[in-house]
Amino acid sequence: MLNKYPMWKNIMVVLIIAVGGFYAIPNLFGEDHAVQVVATRGVEVTAQTQATVTDVLASNDIAVKRSELENGQLLVRVQNPEQQLTAREAISEALGDKYTVALNLAPATPEWLEALGGGPMKLGLDLRGGVHFLMEVDMSEAVRKMEEAKIADFRSQLREEKIRYAGVRKTPRGIEIKFRDADTVGKAERYLKTRGTDMVYSDISSGDNFVLLANMSEIYLKQIKEEALQQNITTIRNRVNELGVAEPVVQRQGAERIVVQLPGVQDTARAKTILGATASIEFRMVDDKASPTAAASGRVSASSEIFDRRGGGQVVLKKEVMLTGDHITGAQPSFDEYSRPQVSISLDAKGGSIFSNVTKDNIGKPMATLFIEYKDSGERKEDGSVKMTKIEEVISVATIQARLGRNFVINGLDHKEAQSLALLLRAGALIAPVTIVEERTIGPSLGAENIESGMQAMIWGMAIVLLFMLIYYRAFGFIANLALMANLIMVVGVMSMIPGAVLTLPGIAGMVLTVGMAVDGNVLVFERIREELLAGRTVQQAIHEGYGNAFSTIADANITTFMTALILFAVGTGAVKGFAVTLMIGIATSMFTSIVGTRSVVNALWGGKRLKTLSI
Amino acid sequence: MFQIFSVKKTINFLRHAAPISILSMFIVLASLGSLATKGINWGLDFTGGTVVELEFSNPVDLNNFREKLVTPTTDGAVVQNFGSSRDVLVRLPVREEVKSDDQVDGVMVAAQSIDSSVVQKRVEFVGPQVGKELAEQGGLAVLVALICILIYVSFRFEWRLAAGSVAALAHDVIVTLGIFSVLQLEFDLTVLAGLLTVVGYSLNDTIVVYDRIRENFLKIRKGSSEEVVNTSITQTMSRTVITTGTTLITVTALFLKGGTMIHGFATALLLGIIVGTYSSIYVASYLAIKLGINREHMMPVEIEKEGADQQSMMP
Repeated sequence: MLNKYPMWKNIMVVLIIAVGGFYAIPNLFGEDHAVQVVATRGVEVTAQTQATVTDVLASNDIAVKRSELENGQLLVRVQNPEQQLTAREAISEALGDKYTVALNLAPATPEWLEALGGGPMKLGLDLRGGVHFLMEVDMSEAVRKMEEAKIADFRSQLREEKIRYAGVRKTPRGIEIKFRDADTVGKAERYLKTRGTDMVYSDISSGDNFVLLANMSEIYLKQIKEEALQQNITTIRNRVNELGVAEPVVQRQGAERIVVQLPGVQDTARAKTILGATASIEFRMVDDKASPTAAASGRVSASSEIFDRRGGGQVVLKKEVMLTGDHITGAQPSFDEYSRPQVSISLDAKGGSIFSNVTKDNIGKPMATLFIEYKDSGERKEDGSVKMTKIEEVISVATIQARLGRNFVINGLDHKEAQSLALLLRAGALIAPVTIVEERTIGPSLGAENIESGMQAMIWGMAIVLLFMLIYYRAFGFIANLALMANLIMVVGVMSMIPGAVLTLPGIAGMVLTVGMAVDGNVLVFERIREELLAGRTVQQAIHEGYGNAFSTIADANITTFMTALILFAVGTGAVKGFAVTLMIGIATSMFTSIVGTRSVVNALWGGKRLKTLSI
Repeated sequence: MFQIFSVKKTINFLRHAAPISILSMFIVLASLGSLATKGINWGLDFTGGTVVELEFSNPVDLNNFREKLVTPTTDGAVVQNFGSSRDVLVRLPVREEVKSDDQVDGVMVAAQSIDSSVVQKRVEFVGPQVGKELAEQGGLAVLVALICILIYVSFRFEWRLAAGSVAALAHDVIVTLGIFSVLQLEFDLTVLAGLLTVVGYSLNDTIVVYDRIRENFLKIRKGSSEEVVNTSITQTMSRTVITTGTTLITVTALFLKGGTMIHGFATALLLGIIVGTYSSIYVASYLAIKLGINREHMMPVEIEKEGADQQSMMP
């Protein structure tokens, strides 16, 4: 029989729309006021912390809606904004400065819904307010530093091998090593090649000039850049944690850029100072003559200072700095021959010679690594600039076993310690500086305004389109309107389901546009049905032909729009990407609702019946 | 049945096609001329620079504000109203010797001297290098989009029709850009997104007409190519008017209610959709006829088969 859908097809339509609708539900619940606790220095947020927080809130008469411990973060939901502020102060006081306590808004999705993977759409910065930074890592600086290290390497290696060279210098072509005769060039080349594949050598001798040219291999260059980028991302991530921002984004973009998004942050100056703050490392000797009891009461000799140890306790260090962290060119966690964790550190040439001199006289004595970092004090100086407090912590104490050169190891650590020490050492030696190349700040009021104006546009556009369809196509118009609304719900549902999809203002525009364009499918079908009716076909034939003939046209037309959206997604950034995502989802869902969806309703209402006229 | 267009009589769209296409060519040339002489008012995304959006508590005298901005840090600032007389947008060019932060601070000092309760609603800074890259990426996007579409339509339609549709697209992009150039409207990333959407949308229109032309060539055995095209355009006319109408309604809603941040986007769509609807008839179809499209060209039946397959597959 014409125009009858099998039952499974109807069920499928209902099911798909229901699933879309189900995942759209979380968007109706709004947000809870919450307080977020993140550990910053050498501690972890545990169930113990959670218990402490619960106690503190109970003693302040603050009712906790829900308290969740996830990914090392504690999120405590409270009833209202006033309680949120009180809660933050109380928790912050109770936990001390090792934790960052931040205000947050958490989606108020019921737990059962969340368990099924439900959650509201994620809003872009243009709708939430906040700061977006694009930072660029200065790769030429990273490469330059490595080149310097290589030059020093060449000098010492050739000297050790007793290969006489006339000079090593950096030229635009690469690193040039000069020799006195052709034999030595060959000897040096053969020897250096055995030392690793980081560098590529070529003999560029001409006449009396005996020169070996060394260039970094492509792989090595890539590795240097990759490391510089990763290291900066790690550093920035740590600092962003210090800012206490809820749900920050720190992501690489391309080969040398990092995107930082800080929702809700308005004070850009403060954010910039903290992201740009430097951390550094100092190696100092432990003052082993200082008595522990005297140290505990703060009495030490004039040449020494007392420092806190990370993880508790105190150490007395000599004031004299043996070496500063800017000589560090690399730090990697590794294992010694007994598979014990250690950190391998390499220094630049100057650092190597200083270090070799000072360690020679101190074999068997303990040496400490001091980590110095500038942290936002939360206060402002008189001129409005951010006041930073200096934080100094001893991160490791190790005994010097032998005279240390340019490459040495620190051991006596557990695996985790080795990893974090390597990270800190590298952070202390920021080999490649970063600059902000793009910055966008959206005030919170503007974010709210953007949502409001987007919704306004949607409501107006949709209302007029719905009204028009109803008047023009009557019963069929009503069905088209149902499809349009189902489409909108599905777009919201799919947007909520896809983890990477972010709703931006142009995204809302994309939804509004979808509303206007989605009716196209129905208009094509309905016009065709009218034509077929006028051409004298029966009602059932007209419906059948109308849907049948319009399908390939609708598909063609939508595929092209989908293609452009795909291209926009590929090349666009931020807000434009958001638009492309929404448009693509809208096209897919609208094809489904306007063809399959309306057909199933039309079939159910009129399919297979003897009809003389059609309300179209 | 309530109808905007009655399809009883075929409208002779192509009767005036010759003079209209001359007019189209003239408009395209004028657009190119404007693009060559006046150029495009590139937005912050492409030029780099700093934009500060301020909201004052009372209407501001812009000239007074401009005078206050003549300082070493904020030199070269362009001040304009948008939305209301209380909302002010300040654009600052990239300058090597002055940092963006200092420029913003300078603007805030000047603004606060007029109104102490002024609110800084938005600050955007784009480095010159990033701007250049965004411009390159944008140009690439438009190019890739056009090429992909060219491939798609030449695969899907006979080459005369494909050429017509691509000419129509080029027409739409050039004329829309031309209008942006003549009116010196700001061209930023969202406008580019709008322009690409227009490309997709305009093709959408062309395809609907083409599908019908193809169908009619096979169905109507008598009549010249012009007559077939006229019939096809007439038959799809009410769909074209309705869909363009509903899309224009929503885009107008965006234009009027969507706020300042997507104003450029809505403008590009508004212009592009009007231009695109017109071009699907007078550029795409007319060019196909001028290239000598006729019944024989529609005869390879694989295309029909493809359509037939899908019919039985879906509804």
